[in-house]
Amino acid sequence: MDHNTLEEHEHRDDVGSKLGMWIFIFTELLLFGGLFLVYAVLRAKYFQDFHVAAHQLNVFIGSINTLALLVSSMTIAMSITAIQKNQKKVALILLSITFFLAFIFLVNKYFEWGLKIHHHLYPGSDLVLTLTHGEILFFGLYFFMTGLHALHIIIGMSLIGVVIFKVKNDKIRSDNFQLLENAGLYWHLVDLIWIFLFPLLYLIT
Amino acid sequence: MGSKPVALPTGSYLDQQGKYKGILGWLTSTDHKRIAILYLSCIAIFFLVGATLGGIMKLELLKAGQQYFGPQTYNGFFTVHGIIMIFMVVIPGLSAVFGNFFLPIMIGAKDVAFPRLNLFSWYIYLAGSAIAIYSQFGGHGAPDTGWTFYAPYSINTNTNVIPAVLAAFVLGFSSILTGLNFIVTIHRMRAKGMTWFKMPLFPWSIYATAWIQVLATPIIGITLLMVIAERTLRIGFFDPSLGGDPILYQHLFWIYSHPAVYIMILPAMGVITEIIPTFCQRNVFGYKAIAFSSMAIAGVGYLVWGHHMFTSGMSNFARIAFSFLTFVVAIPSAIKVFNWITTMYKGSILVRTPFLYTLSFIFLFMIGGLTGLTLGSLAINVHVHDTYYVVAHFHYIVFGGMGFAFFAAIHYWFPKMFGRMYKERLGNIAWGIVFGGFNLLYFPMFVLGLQGMPRRYFDYLPEYSTGQFISSIGAFVLITGLILMVYNLVRSARKGELAPMNPWNGQTLEWTIASPPPLENFDREIVITESPYNYK
Repeated sequence: MDHNTLEEHEHRDDVGSKLGMWIFIFTELLLFGGLFLVYAVLRAKYFQDFHVAAHQLNVFIGSINTLALLVSSMTIAMSITAIQKNQKKVALILLSITFFLAFIFLVNKYFEWGLKIHHHLYPGSDLVLTLTHGEILFFGLYFFMTGLHALHIIIGMSLIGVVIFKVKNDKIRSDNFQLLENAGLYWHLVDLIWIFLFPLLYLIT
Repeated sequence: MGSKPVALPTGSYLDQQGKYKGILGWLTSTDHKRIAILYLSCIAIFFLVGATLGGIMKLELLKAGQQYFGPQTYNGFFTVHGIIMIFMVVIPGLSAVFGNFFLPIMIGAKDVAFPRLNLFSWYIYLAGSAIAIYSQFGGHGAPDTGWTFYAPYSINTNTNVIPAVLAAFVLGFSSILTGLNFIVTIHRMRAKGMTWFKMPLFPWSIYATAWIQVLATPIIGITLLMVIAERTLRIGFFDPSLGGDPILYQHLFWIYSHPAVYIMILPAMGVITEIIPTFCQRNVFGYKAIAFSSMAIAGVGYLVWGHHMFTSGMSNFARIAFSFLTFVVAIPSAIKVFNWITTMYKGSILVRTPFLYTLSFIFLFMIGGLTGLTLGSLAINVHVHDTYYVVAHFHYIVFGGMGFAFFAAIHYWFPKMFGRMYKERLGNIAWGIVFGGFNLLYFPMFVLGLQGMPRRYFDYLPEYSTGQFISSIGAFVLITGLILMVYNLVRSARKGELAPMNPWNGQTLEWTIASPPPLENFDREIVITESPYNYK
């Protein structure tokens, strides 16, 4: 009688799972691509209003966040090398730094959003609805785009959390680190999207 | 289970002995064949629900004036009919059922590349369907926007639009994961010696489809999220009263939804390409032309979305460009039709139930395709835009194409999937009723459309009575045929005669293993040396 041998015999294909991750990243880029398209259309239509509204964003907090993501992208890449060299402890430290920087990003975002909401600058607020059309749309896009990005940060953090746990338990080793590499790829994507969001929302004024 | 005349051989995937038995064994199985059956049962149920809703609409339209329910209910019915049929039946349909079941077998693999992800996709599909069903009952009444959720109406209506939109988003996610899984499977798991051009043509069509699923679906995903954000936060992306642009919504919507038509039709063409060589005992004519035309349809299919918007406000240049590109898609489609016909030439044709569905597919697909060309022409489009002509056209393509290919596929592969034969005579009779009913239902709609009957209307003027009446009669004939077909298949799956390994003398790999297939499909390593179609 046949038993459920699928669980027993381990099917492993590192190249295949990396290919799968790349395709998934492609779909994520297209997801944000739709938003960038909307941004481009609306900016072309209301460039003056976008210019005025963008002044309300805090470039300083934005820059700190950019820095945090860039460094975290570096540390996760370094952790992959560490695992390949069998340096479990170093890898764990580097992954924890990545996780911590992601957390810093979210804390910053919390303060940034909190301040905006405090000033009644959120979609649908009485104040925003009195602004010009372009400004309404700018704040709508700001909250929607950074919100969706923050959601991706949280997903990335959970993924990194799982990876840390698996490195600890020796499930991810120098001869089996595909999951870590995929988590790294995902984290680079989160970083990359922010690199586009930051100038579009904060810098072009 | 009812009384079985003879028992199936043990060791097949149907009586797999895993960690769990019975229904749990199915719900936790990562076997691609079991997942295919899970999809099949869901899709069959949703199809019958969707068809019933269509039948109820035709009942209302039997005579002019209000018969059984009011216009708002009618709006809910056609929206729900559209959502169920498009997002829950025809988009996943062929690739989730037959792609899952036969793609790994036809390329000589034991399973798909990510079996657990495959099961996960099914659960996402189920979750999306549950949300869609909830949208019909919760909140302030069923959504009344049509399945296209056009802004700004979808933002302003009080009905239950958010769950419906969210359901479409979740179902799209399932579609992306299935497509991703198939791409990696085809790239990584083909049997030894199976080069790209020794791969059967159904996997080729699934491959082209998978790329559309992966590349187009995210766009509808973000668009639907924006609609949800608009409704909950009043952002105004698509709402002109807040400065947004409703035409932008239409562009984003059709950038996905037109390629989605090819998600439906490409696997259908793949199925037809498998059936014709088998029942004619002839090698496929123009193997490479068929493979490349699938990729060409997938590629050009991206660039034609604007033909849904000829009357919504576009530059003349854009309209001409979209019209031209729409014509271009007809070329690879026609290449396939010519190749199918040429494959049949001088073949020893065996007209069995799957072949009857195949022939009617070609017939109906050609009517649908040619009316698609007339709709792609600017001047005619302006005349028949949003009339019953459009309704007739897309039902000929989607139901006459994808639907009939699905029926062809289920009859063709039935012996392999369930290890039993269906009743041939009953199958043929059901085919006759379905085919007749289909044409009686949808052909009058072309005439109605040319006369000027607008789509989505709850009532009509007396001059449309004859056409509507004939069409409604057709609906009931069609439903009778469908019931007969489902009865035949469900009954045969339990009590039919045992099927041999290769009932139709097919040549592709699935016919070289037992019916129903064992758990890991092949007990030896497969080495391919010849082309998949090798009839003497």
